[in-house]
Amino acid sequence: MKILVPISKVPDTTAKIAFTDGNTKFATDNVTFILNPTDEWYALVRALEIVEKEGGTVTVIHQGVADSEQFIRKALAIGATDAVRIDAEATDAYQVAHNIYEYAKDKSFDLVITGKETIDYNGTQIGGMIAEMMDISYVTLASRLDIENGKAVVARDIEGGKEIVEIPLPCVIAAQKGMAEQRIPNMKGIMGARTKSLTVVASAGEALTTISSFELAPQKTACKMVLPEDMDELVRLLHEEAKVI
Amino acid sequence: MSVIVYIESNENRVKKTSIEAAFYAAETAKLLGTEAIAIALGTHDATELANLGNVGITKVLHDANTKFDQFDTRAITKAIVAASTSVNADVVVVSYNQNGKAIAPRVSVRMKAGMVAGATALPNTSAGFIVRKNVFSGKAMANVQILTEKKVIALTPNTLQKVVGVNTATIEAFSTGVSDADFTTVIKSVEKVTGTVSLTEAELVVSGGRGLKGPENWGPIEELAREMGAATACSRPVADVDWRPHHEHVGQTGFTIRPNLYIAAGISGAIQHLAGVNGSKVIVVINTDIEAPFFKAADYGVVGDAASVLPKLVEAYKKFKAASH
Ligand SMILES: Cc1cc2nc3c(=O)[nH]c(=O)nc-3n(C[C@H](O)[C@H](O)[C@H](O)COP(=O)(O)OP(=O)(O)OC[C@H]3O[C@@H](n4cnc5c(N)ncnc54)[C@H](O)[C@@H]3O)c2cc1C
Ligand SMILES: Nc1ncnc2c1ncn2[C@@H]1O[C@H](COP(=O)(O)O)[C@@H](O)[C@H]1O
Repeated sequence: MKILVPISKVPDTTAKIAFTDGNTKFATDNVTFILNPTDEWYALVRALEIVEKEGGTVTVIHQGVADSEQFIRKALAIGATDAVRIDAEATDAYQVAHNIYEYAKDKSFDLVITGKETIDYNGTQIGGMIAEMMDISYVTLASRLDIENGKAVVARDIEGGKEIVEIPLPCVIAAQKGMAEQRIPNMKGIMGARTKSLTVVASAGEALTTISSFELAPQKTACKMVLPEDMDELVRLLHEEAKVI
Repeated sequence: MSVIVYIESNENRVKKTSIEAAFYAAETAKLLGTEAIAIALGTHDATELANLGNVGITKVLHDANTKFDQFDTRAITKAIVAASTSVNADVVVVSYNQNGKAIAPRVSVRMKAGMVAGATALPNTSAGFIVRKNVFSGKAMANVQILTEKKVIALTPNTLQKVVGVNTATIEAFSTGVSDADFTTVIKSVEKVTGTVSLTEAELVVSGGRGLKGPENWGPIEELAREMGAATACSRPVADVDWRPHHEHVGQTGFTIRPNLYIAAGISGAIQHLAGVNGSKVIVVINTDIEAPFFKAADYGVVGDAASVLPKLVEAYKKFKAASH
């Protein structure tokens, strides 16, 4: 089984969000970046589990400039076989997907497992885009992935529940919670990661969108307190003042 | 030129998220001085489709091939793009729901159309074509400019206030030309709760966290939800220990929702939880701890024990309902 796992780096959820350059750029000063949680915990770990059972390799691929290599090394320390870095800042989903496709198209991967979404730009786009470029099946919001008789059996979210589907390989899966349990890299993994192969390739992808400006979400005005004994008052406020019931 | 919207039905009713997307498509068409057309695939009720006229759709293209009833992202993408080509659509609108998240990026590639995932406002067409969306888990918004002639917009549910008229859309049988070989997804089983309001579509949501102390204490949450016609949700730890099913989990690793009203009982309001609910129009927080971070994100707060406050709220709501009917 040859598996490709696209990984991204994102600001830690607790990071303070601010913008510079007339609200056109995200201010990265003092922001701690992490591997995108769904990529690290679910996509990568499930890929490793499948390879541990079926044999094969897990390649991680990341589009980003050189200082992202620490995140790639972390993925290698967790257990990925080798890594690729596309040497360019990621600017839009199509551009990243196109670059990953260009790298992957002639390497006959059986599976591409992405995370469900990046927690910064919240897209859920790249997996589906890679699948369409390759013209293969795709399942997103996947909470279970097994390889059975040469096919992928996947649980995906639907409204109010789950659907279990079977799709042929090769395919693209976007992983979310439920698929695997987080793995913490151990010392052996961290040491081993230093000597694993990390290939750098150039970016050829083009962007179809651009962010023209950012705005912070409006702050809530002060919370109005209601006494716990007086739920009639809360209902009245929700009806008359907030007009939501 | 035209705007096209992808329509889904569930048990013969057009999904609420699709009606919203149709309204969005019609409003976008108005901005562009053109018409909004719908594409419906598989089994649908004809009256329901015709009723899309109420939100401004002029025509519905319907490919009734029942193979489309199995959700296959590749086949559906081909079908949507075939329809878009036939009506010369420049903008494709889908809902940013579970299915739309899978479809929209594929359509974007197939049409080489720039995409906005999770739009929260109508496009601004005064200088280019700019669509707003939430970023950084709802802590900020980005205005995304689409640079291509063709555009794909995946609309966040519960974003716009719909204006409903009385018009009938014409329904036209349409063959998307998708062949049997294009369907490669086999549905093996479906585990679904029926008879409850779906979380992504819900306008009202009642949610519980660890402060409820155990699954046996969810009675008042469920009763309140039933009375209000609301969906139920929960925080992540509660789903992790199986007090509640996983499909109720909201937040950074769960669903993102934007109901009109979110009632949170016994939830601290951690940043990862807020990420999934901070787009709610009105938030009510019930918590014993006045220092709970959730109060900072709330519109109405009740400092008290959920075990006693929730039953009182159920009674108060029943009284209100009885008085207003
Ligand atoms: C990467 C990452 C992703 C995460 N993703 C999510 C996510 O998607 N969704 C999510 O919810 N969490 C997520 N979390 C977890 C999150 O950080 C919090 O731990 C979690 O939301 C806390 O759940 P809680 O509020 O139910 O429980 P607690 O934090 O234990 O809070 C319980 C609250 O109940 C109150 N309380 C206690 N007794 C009562 C009572 N009798 N009546 C009323 N109130 C009472 C307490 O004062 C407290 O505020 C994530 C964490 C990480 C690190
Ligand atoms: N810069 C990147 N390099 C490689 N993979 C990425 C990058 N950005 C996102 N991805 C992958 O695509 C998934 C979905 O991202 P998005 O569509 O941006 O929400 C992520 O979970 C990653 O697996």
